[in-house]
Amino acid sequence: MTTKVTTPSDLEIQLTRVFDAPRDLVWEAHTKAEHIKHWWGRGNPLDVELDFRVGGKYRYVEHADGEAYAFRGEFREISPPQRLVQTFEFEGMPGHILVETLVFTEEDGKTTITGTSLFDSVEDRDGMLQTGMAEGAEQSYQALQRYLKTLS
Amino acid sequence: MTTTGDPLSEVFAALADPTRRAILDRLAAGEATVNELAEPFPISLQAISKHLKVLERAGLITRGRDAQWRPCRLEAEPLREVAAWAEQYRRHWEGRYDQLDDYLQRLTKEKRHDHQSDDPKRP
Repeated sequence: MTTKVTTPSDLEIQLTRVFDAPRDLVWEAHTKAEHIKHWWGRGNPLDVELDFRVGGKYRYVEHADGEAYAFRGEFREISPPQRLVQTFEFEGMPGHILVETLVFTEEDGKTTITGTSLFDSVEDRDGMLQTGMAEGAEQSYQALQRYLKTLS
Repeated sequence: MTTTGDPLSEVFAALADPTRRAILDRLAAGEATVNELAEPFPISLQAISKHLKVLERAGLITRGRDAQWRPCRLEAEPLREVAAWAEQYRRHWEGRYDQLDDYLQRLTKEKRHDHQSDDPKRP
């Protein structure tokens, strides 16, 4: 299953992905350290600390290529098993805070996660855009074609 | 969400609408007239024209000079920056979601296994 990307407004980026699992299970995988450490690190070892309640904080440290990358945030809204709102900040670039809203819907035993990240400002968004451009022209052309395919 | 008037924000605002994204998707396959673009949509030509104006202002399309046909053409350049970023973001999360997918399969199997061992009729 593929992950679709769109930009629903000038300060948001949205991903959609379908999982072949019931919603309660997909939700649960987002709420406990013992689950999150298995997937959030994209295959890299991950240290997870989280206090899963509204106002509670999390901190994930991903270990890749001998480096450690730390991310942190706070849970703002928890409505099981439908909606989760949290902040997201890379400790390497402190002060640039995204608000992530995850919506979980179930149909025929499959669960769709729609994740929307809202940027604080146009400057933050453009800063992220520049990291995207760092990939080089050739990759950027492929990216464009891929993006156009997923637009509608 | 309001735009702030900078060129990139115009591009984002133009991309925010599903009809406009579908128009761009169609133009990625080659230039087309307003009538051709309007065909798949249950909305008026006038509404399509409005969408085209937004896309034109954002620099995402240009229109031919022929007064009668004025075919629309996709302009890829302003999209390139947004696309590179969106694709990088997508790929980053796809890596994460592929792992989640595997993990969910594992959990599902384990749960099924647990149910089976709870059942006294099954060995």
